[in-house]
Amino acid sequence: MGLEARNLSFQYDNGNRKILNNVSMYLDGKDRLGLMAPSGFGKTTFCKILAGYEKPDSGKVLVDGKPIASFRGYCPVQMIWQHPELSVNPRLKMKETIKEGRRVERRVLEGLGIETSWLNRYPGELSGGELQRFCIARALGEGTRFLLADEASAMLDLITQSQIWNFLLEEVKMRGIGLLVVSHSEPLVARVCNRKMNLEKNLS
Amino acid sequence: MRIGRQRNRRFAALCLAVGAVAALALITVAGGLWGERALETDFSMKNLPPSFRYPFGTDWMGRDLFVRTVAGLSLSIRIGVLTAAASAAIAFVLGLTASLGKGADTVVSCLTDLVMGIPHMLLLILVSFAVGKGFWGVVAGISLTHWASLARLLRAEALQLKESQYVKVARKLGKSPVYVAVKHMTPHLIPQLLVGTVLLFPHAVLHEASITFLGFGLSPEQPAIGIILSEGMKYLVMGKWWLALFPGALLALAVILFQAIASAASSMVDPGQAHS
Amino acid sequence: MEAEREGGEVLLSVEHLSVSFTRYGRGWKQKKLMAVRDLNLEVKAGELVAVVGSSGSGKSLLAHGIMGLLPYNASREGKVMYRNQALTQERLKKLRGNEMVLVPQSVSYLDPLMKVGEQVRKGFRDPQSRKKCREVLARYGLGEEAGKLYPFELSGGMVRRILISTAVQEQPRLVIADEPTPGLHMEAAVRVMGHFQEIAKEGAGVLVITHDLDLALKVADRIVVFYAGTNLEEAAAGDFRDESRLRHPYTKALYRAMPQNGFCPVPGSQPYGDDLPKGCVFWPRCELAEGRCQKPVPYSRFRGGMVRCWKAAEGVCEKTGSQGRR
Repeated sequence: MGLEARNLSFQYDNGNRKILNNVSMYLDGKDRLGLMAPSGFGKTTFCKILAGYEKPDSGKVLVDGKPIASFRGYCPVQMIWQHPELSVNPRLKMKETIKEGRRVERRVLEGLGIETSWLNRYPGELSGGELQRFCIARALGEGTRFLLADEASAMLDLITQSQIWNFLLEEVKMRGIGLLVVSHSEPLVARVCNRKMNLEKNLS
Repeated sequence: MRIGRQRNRRFAALCLAVGAVAALALITVAGGLWGERALETDFSMKNLPPSFRYPFGTDWMGRDLFVRTVAGLSLSIRIGVLTAAASAAIAFVLGLTASLGKGADTVVSCLTDLVMGIPHMLLLILVSFAVGKGFWGVVAGISLTHWASLARLLRAEALQLKESQYVKVARKLGKSPVYVAVKHMTPHLIPQLLVGTVLLFPHAVLHEASITFLGFGLSPEQPAIGIILSEGMKYLVMGKWWLALFPGALLALAVILFQAIASAASSMVDPGQAHS
Repeated sequence: MEAEREGGEVLLSVEHLSVSFTRYGRGWKQKKLMAVRDLNLEVKAGELVAVVGSSGSGKSLLAHGIMGLLPYNASREGKVMYRNQALTQERLKKLRGNEMVLVPQSVSYLDPLMKVGEQVRKGFRDPQSRKKCREVLARYGLGEEAGKLYPFELSGGMVRRILISTAVQEQPRLVIADEPTPGLHMEAAVRVMGHFQEIAKEGAGVLVITHDLDLALKVADRIVVFYAGTNLEEAAAGDFRDESRLRHPYTKALYRAMPQNGFCPVPGSQPYGDDLPKGCVFWPRCELAEGRCQKPVPYSRFRGGMVRCWKAAEGVCEKTGSQGRR
């Protein structure tokens, strides 16, 4: 049982170009699927639909056969965004932000290299790499079954990128979390994923 | 080579704010203590220009205008603070309520439009009259009529925050709209609220004056700044300039002091405001 | 080629540049932050130098620091020379926009209410300017109709090309580009970088500031490795083909962390702002660190490049080279 996208199509109200056209995908707990496409091909939109942030014009997103919209409360599909500074409230201390994740284990914080002193800081006092660690930790709470990483490490330096991915790979393997990796970096996808998918081919 | 120098503007703002609070508090306390003296009449001393003994001069009943002004300002500040705070509280609760859902938003919008649609004075008189006029009549009347524009502003802000990425993420993490309103929106709305409250203050004071002038507010013998000003107007054409100038100037000063407090406060509560 | 480059005139030389700015913490407390400290670099005519550093390393203030475009709450110290003369504010004012230009980071530097063609021409309407503008746009694969668009109608790649067109309209000697490829996919980013390479080949000096090492390696002649506000190493782009040719332990760590070379990270994170370590900024994360690393380390010439490390300069890091930690 897994995360399934069935014939998704999507178009923004203002644009006339179809962003997604009849895209299907299947992801299970053992999958680490890499998604590559040039910018403007709706990668972020695709992730947003999978995580239930947007509704597709047509098609379905199913988690274990149930529509994603039927999950009230904690969503089993969590998304990590490209810009961590937009994903955290600038006026909340990091310890408040991390509390939003559902029972995030100390092990996860340590694995991501989050230092205790950072918890008392505001987002403006941390770098992008440090904020992204928090965003990932927050998304790895109890009940997360699928993780969508939308260019999650594109803004980070290479060392931070490899720190985060090394931890993330172990974590998803251990917990059986299905991973979707959206990236423009071919070496990264080659390293992290066991399967690849190209969104371009789904467009007519 | 060195380009650019800075000084600590925030510290300066803080000093200014502390000074402003002290000045306003002094006026409020002094005015409260001089309540009796403000009513003393002495017809042998009427219409005197400013002098050493009467710094603001005396009025047509020989009352010390300085004492009257301070007492009036004290009353105005108390009413202004109370009503502005009450209005802001109403606006804040309604603004946040609007973010909870479509239905709640409709109710809030309708209520806001309703209050904004009725002329201020009319509603004010109605409420004040129903409560029984006097101090509490005025307070209730102003509080219940002045929240609408601030509520509209806060609602817009709350709805915009609702669209922000971190709020959407929080919702996907299973957080309720109430949690989002309290945790995520409140810290963003506080600066708006502070500024809004201060902007309400002069409004409240002026409306207090007008409703009193019309006879639906405070009793006319009470030394409210509005009464002093409207009385002073009658004598202005006769060259008694001090009757309106000094009370007016002091009222303006009080409003400016409030402004200073608000701007200092709003710059302090913002943790990441780097440059200003 | 190599010899030619060696002979190129030194256009820009930056010595001991520090940029600091004050900002407010909570309440009224002011903090002074050192964004850039003790930075040294040189740009010669005809070469492309890339300053590579991650976000938060302070590199965004670098371009503005050199160009004298700092916000009022920032100040700079150190020596910035252009063609062997100090760059004072007056001189900057004269040179900026024609002899030396800045290619800014984002579309927000364009006037949203003005057609981009007019912005490339800087408002001139005479036939000669128009012709020049057409030529410049054509050179970057933009037709005349592109000049009639407003900034919001441009795609990310077009914005880049417009910004570059605006900059090179006057045929500058020195081009500084601040993070020129954000949000572009690899193909478009490589194309944009190719434009900078071309400008360099035509004889101008180009300084590109970027976070993307992969990209910088594709086009740059020299790489300046920027970390926590300062430069730790300067290496020829070719040195990155082999770990043992790199000098500083941080650069080596960077190399090993690349997905194609082991994907093996060192622990810790980049320090910044007010809690920078004393001495070498990398020592808390460096496995070779010892006592003297906590004292100021000179930036010294080593094996054709530059390095800010005692041990590397003594040749110690050579041995630890590629065996590293796998």
